[in-house]
Amino acid sequence: MKKILTGNEAVALGAYESDVRVASAYPGTPSTEILQNLAKYEGVYSEWAPNEKVAMEVAIGASMTGVRVLTTMKHVGLNVAADPLMTLAYTGIKGGFVVACADDPGMHSSQNEQDNRFYAKFAQIPMLEPSDSQEAREMVKEAFELSETFDTPAMVRLTTRISHSKGVVSTPDPSLRNSTTPKGFERDLKKFVMLPGHAKLRQPRLLDRVEKLQAISETTSFNRIEYNERKIGIITSGISYQYVKETMPSASILKLGMTFPLPVGKIRSFADEVTTLIVVEELEPYLEEQVRMLGLDVKGKEFFPTTDELSTDRVATGFARAGVLETAVPPVTPPPPEANMPRPPLMCAGCSHRGVFYAIKKLKGIVHGDIGCYTLGVLPPLQAIETCVCMGASISMAHGTAKAMEKDIKGDKRPVFAVIGDSTFFHTGINSLTNVVYNNSNVKVIILDNRITAMTGAQQNPGTGKTLQEEQTTAIDMEKLVTALGVKRVRIIDPYDLEETLAAMKEEASLDGPSVLITKRPCIQIMRGAPEKIFEVNGKNCIGCGMCQKLGCPAISLGDEITGGRKNGKTALKQSVIDPTLCTGCSLCEQVCKPGAIQEK
Amino acid sequence: MNSSTAQIKNILIVGCGGQGVILASEILSYVAVSCGLDAKKSEIHGMSQRGGVVTSHVRYGRKIASPTIMEGSADILLSFELAETLRWISYLKPEGKVISSRQQIVPPIVSTGLAAYPENIEQILRERTDKPIITDALPQAMELGNPKLVNTLLLGMASNFLDLPVEQWKMVIENSVPPRFKELNLTAFDAGRSLQ
Repeated sequence: MKKILTGNEAVALGAYESDVRVASAYPGTPSTEILQNLAKYEGVYSEWAPNEKVAMEVAIGASMTGVRVLTTMKHVGLNVAADPLMTLAYTGIKGGFVVACADDPGMHSSQNEQDNRFYAKFAQIPMLEPSDSQEAREMVKEAFELSETFDTPAMVRLTTRISHSKGVVSTPDPSLRNSTTPKGFERDLKKFVMLPGHAKLRQPRLLDRVEKLQAISETTSFNRIEYNERKIGIITSGISYQYVKETMPSASILKLGMTFPLPVGKIRSFADEVTTLIVVEELEPYLEEQVRMLGLDVKGKEFFPTTDELSTDRVATGFARAGVLETAVPPVTPPPPEANMPRPPLMCAGCSHRGVFYAIKKLKGIVHGDIGCYTLGVLPPLQAIETCVCMGASISMAHGTAKAMEKDIKGDKRPVFAVIGDSTFFHTGINSLTNVVYNNSNVKVIILDNRITAMTGAQQNPGTGKTLQEEQTTAIDMEKLVTALGVKRVRIIDPYDLEETLAAMKEEASLDGPSVLITKRPCIQIMRGAPEKIFEVNGKNCIGCGMCQKLGCPAISLGDEITGGRKNGKTALKQSVIDPTLCTGCSLCEQVCKPGAIQEK
Repeated sequence: MNSSTAQIKNILIVGCGGQGVILASEILSYVAVSCGLDAKKSEIHGMSQRGGVVTSHVRYGRKIASPTIMEGSADILLSFELAETLRWISYLKPEGKVISSRQQIVPPIVSTGLAAYPENIEQILRERTDKPIITDALPQAMELGNPKLVNTLLLGMASNFLDLPVEQWKMVIENSVPPRFKELNLTAFDAGRSLQ
C-alpha cells in the first residue's frame, strides 16, 4: 500500500535504500526525525553526536572506509559544522557522503532565518532541493550517486514545509536496499591530509568538478521544463514549485531540483521561449541573482517577500502584483480581534526548570540563557533569563559579561549566571566552561540536567546512558566531567526543593570565582505512568494572593471569586484551582503558598 | 480557482497541543489515499510540546500541489477547542462548514490577567457561518468511556460532509488505534456520524 510520509521519513527511506551504513547528527527541528527514522532500519548504525561538527567528522571518518554515510542537521547546525564541510569539499570522499540540511523559513522553532542554499555554492558542492516527500526520497538516492561519481559531499536541502509535510510516496519497500561491499580504509595522504601543499593540489579539482556537475545539471530530470502557455515563464525550486503549480497552473515552469550548480543552458533556452521571466523562491534571491548574472531580464523579489515562508496566498499575491494573475486570493474576513488571544508555548506542568527560574529571579542577577525548552523561561510570568543567542553560548557570554564588569563596571555587583541544559552543555557548553575555568571568571553556571534532549522531543544524549538505537551505554558523569575541567565548586541540587535551590544559588553568588550547580530531575515528558501524588487548592484557606500563579504552571488557573476580596483597592480576587489531569505533583505551588491552601489530594 | 483544483477538498483541523489534532489529520489523509486519491498534510506545532496552538492542514483530490490551505478556502474547519475555532475562522470559505467541540482550554496567560478568553464565540460563529455544528464532544467522549474518543467522534461528524465512503473510514480507524480500543473508536465514529 502507498504510504504517506513526511519529507524527513522519506529522506530516511531514501538513505536506507541507498545502503547508508553510518549516520550521525545532533537533533534540531525540523531535521530531527530523519535520524530517528533511519535508526529503526536494520544494518544502519545511527547515533546522536554531541554537536553537528562532531557528527560531520564522524561521517567523514566512516566514509573513508568506503561505506555510505549520512549526516543531518538544521540550518544553524550547518554553521557549527561548516568548518569540516569546507575542507571535506577539498578532500572529497570514499563512500557516498550526503548532508541533509533542513532550513526553517518563518522561524517556527529557530533563533534566526538563513538560506543554506548559499552553503552549497560556498563549498562548491552539488545541491538538490526536493519539492515533496517522493522527491526527497529520490533525490537522496541521486545525491549518493553524485557524491561517489564526482568524489564530493552532496547536500540535500530541505525546509520545514518539506520536512514536516506528508505526501504520498510510492510503494516504499525496504527490501529495495541496494547493498554494496565497502573497500575498507586505505591510506591516501594527498587526498586526506590537507596540508597546504596537498590542499593546493586538490583545489583545481573543485573548479573542474563544478564544471562536470554543471553538465549533469543540464541533463538531470530533476531540472525539468514544463511548457504551457509561453507568455509567463517561472523559474522555481523546492516547496515554492508547489505554490506556483497551485496558483499558475497554465504558466510554463522551469522546475529546478538541482540548484547548485545551475543548468545555465537550460535557463537560457527557457528564457528564450517565454515572454516574461519570473523567479519564485523562498527566502533569499539565490536563483534570481544568478539568473540575472546571465544577463537575463528577470523579475522576482520585487513581487515576492524575502522573509518568512512563502504560501499559496503570498505567491498568488506576488503574481497579482506582477500583473500576471487577476483575482488571485479569495476574499477573507478576518476573525474578530479577541480571537487573537495569545496561547504562548509553556514549560510543562511539573517541569523541573520552573523551580530554578523561580529561585534565580529572586537573586536579581544577570542571567544568560541558552537554546532549549528552558528558553521559554523568558516568557511571563517567570521572565527569568535575559539573553539567548546560540547553542552553548550562555556560558561564554556570561564569561564576557563578568570580565567586562570586573574590569570596567566596578559599581555593578550583580552576580552573573549562565543557565544551560544537559544536552546543550555536551553540544558546545563544555568548550565555553573550559574558558571560564581557564580565564577564571566569576560566573555561576547552572546546568539544568533533565536527563534528556527535551526541546526536540526527548532524544538521548551523552548523559542519559542510552544511544539513539536504544542500546545501554556509559552515562557521562556531569559532576566528574565538570570537576575534571577544573571547576572547584560543583554541587548537585534538587530543583523541586525551592529552599535548597535558592540557598545554594545565594551562597555561590556570594563567593568569588567560577562555580557549577547541577540541577537533577528528569524531564516530565519522559516520566511514565500516573504521578505519585497530585495537589489541590483548599478553598477555605486560599486568599487569592496569586503567589502560585507566578510559577506559570499550566495546571493552575483562576476559579471562583472570593467574597469581599479586593486587590489594589479595586479588583475582586479569585481563588486558584489546580487541574487534576495536568498536575504532576512537583509540589512547587505547595512550597510557595504561604497560607497553606495547597495540599496533597 | 481553475478546473484542476475544483475537486480538491481542504480540511483545516485545529486545537491545542496534546488533544489529538495530528492523529485526526493522519487518519483523514489515509482515508483519502485508501480511496485512490492524492493527499497532502502539513502541520505547525508550537515550540513547546504541551498547550500551544496546533493546526494541521489536510488536502485531498486527484492531484495536490501545495500542502497548505489558502485562507478563505477550507471546506471544513474541524476544531477541538472553541477559542481556536474562532482564531482560524478566516480559513473557511463562504459556504464552508464549522464543526467544533465546545471544550475550552484556558491558557495561564488568561489566569494571570494578561489576556482575556474571547466571549460570545458561538454567537459569532453563527453570525459568520451557515449552521455551525458545535457539540459537547468531551462529555460525550467521556460518557463513551474515554476522553480521547473526542478525536474519532469529531472525525465521524466531519465524515458526513466529505465524499469518502464510510467503510474506508472504518478500515483506517481500525488500523490506526490499538486493538483493544478498536470497538470503542468505531462506536465513537458512529456516534459522531449520527450528530448533525
